[in-house]
Amino acid sequence: MRLRVPFVKRSESAQHLWTQCPHCGEMLFNKQLARNLNVCTKCEHHFRVGARERIEQLADRASFAEIDPTLVSMDPLGFVDQKPYPARIAESQAKTAERDAVVCGDATIGGHPVTLAAMEFSFMGGSMGTVVGEKLARAAEHARDGRRGLVIVSASGGARMQEGTIALMQLVKTVAAVTRHGKAGLPFVSVLTDPTTGGVLASYASLGDVILAEPGALIGFSGARVTSSTIGAELPEGFQRAEFLLRHGFVDQVVPRAQLRDRIAFFLGAFSRPAREMRWGV
Amino acid sequence: MLEKIDRALGGREPDGDGLASSGVIADVAGIANRRSPWEAVQLARNIQRPHSQELIGLVFDRFQELHGDRGFGDDPAVIAGLADLGGRSVVVVAQQKGSSTEENIARSFGMPHPEGYRKAIRLFRLAEKFGLPVITFIDTPGAHPGPEAEERGQAEAIARSIQVMGELEAPVVAVVIGEGGSGGALALGVGDVVLMMQNAVYSVISPEGCAAILWRSASEAERAAKALRGAGPDLLELGVIDGLVPEPEGGAHTDRQAVAAGLRRALVAQLDRLASVPLSDLLAARYDRYREIGSFADPSAAAAEKAKPWWRRALGKAGL
Repeated sequence: MRLRVPFVKRSESAQHLWTQCPHCGEMLFNKQLARNLNVCTKCEHHFRVGARERIEQLADRASFAEIDPTLVSMDPLGFVDQKPYPARIAESQAKTAERDAVVCGDATIGGHPVTLAAMEFSFMGGSMGTVVGEKLARAAEHARDGRRGLVIVSASGGARMQEGTIALMQLVKTVAAVTRHGKAGLPFVSVLTDPTTGGVLASYASLGDVILAEPGALIGFSGARVTSSTIGAELPEGFQRAEFLLRHGFVDQVVPRAQLRDRIAFFLGAFSRPAREMRWGV
Repeated sequence: MLEKIDRALGGREPDGDGLASSGVIADVAGIANRRSPWEAVQLARNIQRPHSQELIGLVFDRFQELHGDRGFGDDPAVIAGLADLGGRSVVVVAQQKGSSTEENIARSFGMPHPEGYRKAIRLFRLAEKFGLPVITFIDTPGAHPGPEAEERGQAEAIARSIQVMGELEAPVVAVVIGEGGSGGALALGVGDVVLMMQNAVYSVISPEGCAAILWRSASEAERAAKALRGAGPDLLELGVIDGLVPEPEGGAHTDRQAVAAGLRRALVAQLDRLASVPLSDLLAARYDRYREIGSFADPSAAAAEKAKPWWRRALGKAGL
C-alpha cells in the first residue's frame, strides 16, 4: 500500500522569529531564512534541513509519494546505555514526527522520474540502523524495478551504535542494492549534506555516479576528534569540508542549495539520453 | 539462502553446509563456557595471539605476497597474495597487526590506509579474472583515522571494497581472526561464508569509542562491550556470522598449531562446498545473505495482511 503523506508545515511560533547565523553572527528573520532555503542571506552558511523540507525543495511540486512510511526499528541487542534504545527511538519519533531517520518515495525532479530518499539528521543523528538500511535498499530495488533514477540526500553520523554489528551490516545491504540499481544502467546521484560521516560515507553515499555536496558540509570517515588525537595536533581549517573533498577528488561538485534541484535534474537528464538517440543541434 | 543451495544440490544430509563436520561451531549450544564480552575483547587484542602472517604460514601450503595498489603505494597493514590450499589456488587478503611494538608501528597497528583497501580490490579482481576463490583474514582496530587517509579517500576505498566483494564473481570466505573493527574490518568482510575465531570480536565501534560517546567516559568500556554484543557467540546467535572456529581453553595463542589446523580444515570444507555452487546462485545468495540481516517491524504491512479476506491470506501462505 502506498501512502501519500502531506508535508508537515514547520511550526511558526512567536518566540522563534529570529535565528542567529552560527557562522557570521547575523540575526536572520526566520521567514526570510526559510524563503532562502535555510541559507544565511549574508554569508551563505547552509543550515541543516530536515528530510521533509529537503524533499519539498528538490521534488517537483506535489510529485512526491512516500514509500515504506511505516517501518520501525526493533531492538535486536536489547541495547541499554544511559537509556534503553527503544526509549531513544520514541524520543526521536516524538521530536521529529518521523518513524526513523530516512524518508523515501517516488517523485519527479525537473520532470525526471526518480526514487528520492532524504535523511533526517535530527533523528538519532541520522544514524543508519536496520530501518534506514532496509528503506534505502528497498528504495534502490524499487527504483530498479520501475527504471527510475535514484537520488539519496545523506545527512548522517554513520552506523547506529545501538544496533551493533547488525547496523554495520547495513553498509553491505545498501551498497549491494545501489550496485544492482546501477548495473541496470540507471543513474544514482548521491548528495552529501552536513554532516555525512562514518559508515554512511563509507558505503552507498560514496558510490554515486555523480556525487554532489553542499557548501561547507562536514564530510569524512573518522571523527575530527579521533583524527586530531592521532596526529596530536589541531586539524587545518576546512579539513573534511565539502571543498576539501572536491580538492582531493572525492566529490564532483559543491553545489549551493538554490541550484541543487536544477543540477540534479541536469545530470538525470544527461544520463537518460543514450548516444544513439542523441540529436545534435536540434 | 546458501542452505537452500545446499539442498538444491541434491538432498545432502543436514550437515550439508560442511560446518560442523569440519569442526566449526555452528550452534552456540556447543560452547561449554562462554566468555564475557570484555574477556573476548582482551583475548582478541592479545599481542601474542597468532596474527595473519603467522596463520597464513601455518594454514596454506605456499604463499607468495603481492605488493602495491598500482596507484599510490603499498600498505604494510594489508598482506595480500596467492597461496595454495590443499592443491587449490586461492587469493588471500589479510590485515596484519604487529606482534611487537616495532612491528606494530611499521604496520600502523593493523589499521589500513586507502591504498591497503585498493590493493585488496586489485587482488579481488585478480581472483575473479582467474576464477580463484578469495579468503580474507580480518584483524584490525579499524581503518586508519589519520588526515592522510582522509585526503586519499578512506571512506571511498572502504565503500568500493564492499561493493567489489559483494558482486565478485568468485567464492569468498571471510574470517575474523582477532579484532573486527567497524567499517575498516567490513571492507574485507563481505563473503559467501563469514567465520570468526571463537574469541574474536566484531563490532560497529570499539567498546572504548562507544563508551566515550554514549556514557561520555571511556572507562565504561566494559559495559559498552557487553551492550554491543560483538563477541563471536553473540554474532552467531544474531545471524551475522555462520560459524566459529574453535580455540583452546586459554585462547588461540596457547596452541597455535591446533588453531591453524582447525582453521585450515574449516576453509577447505567451505571452499569444497562453494566450488559446487553455480556462480549466479552464489551471487544471488550473497545478496540475500546481507539483505536479510536485521529485524524491523512494519505495522502497516501487518494491518494490511489482517485486512485481507481469509482465503487470500490462505493463498498467500500456500505461496500462490
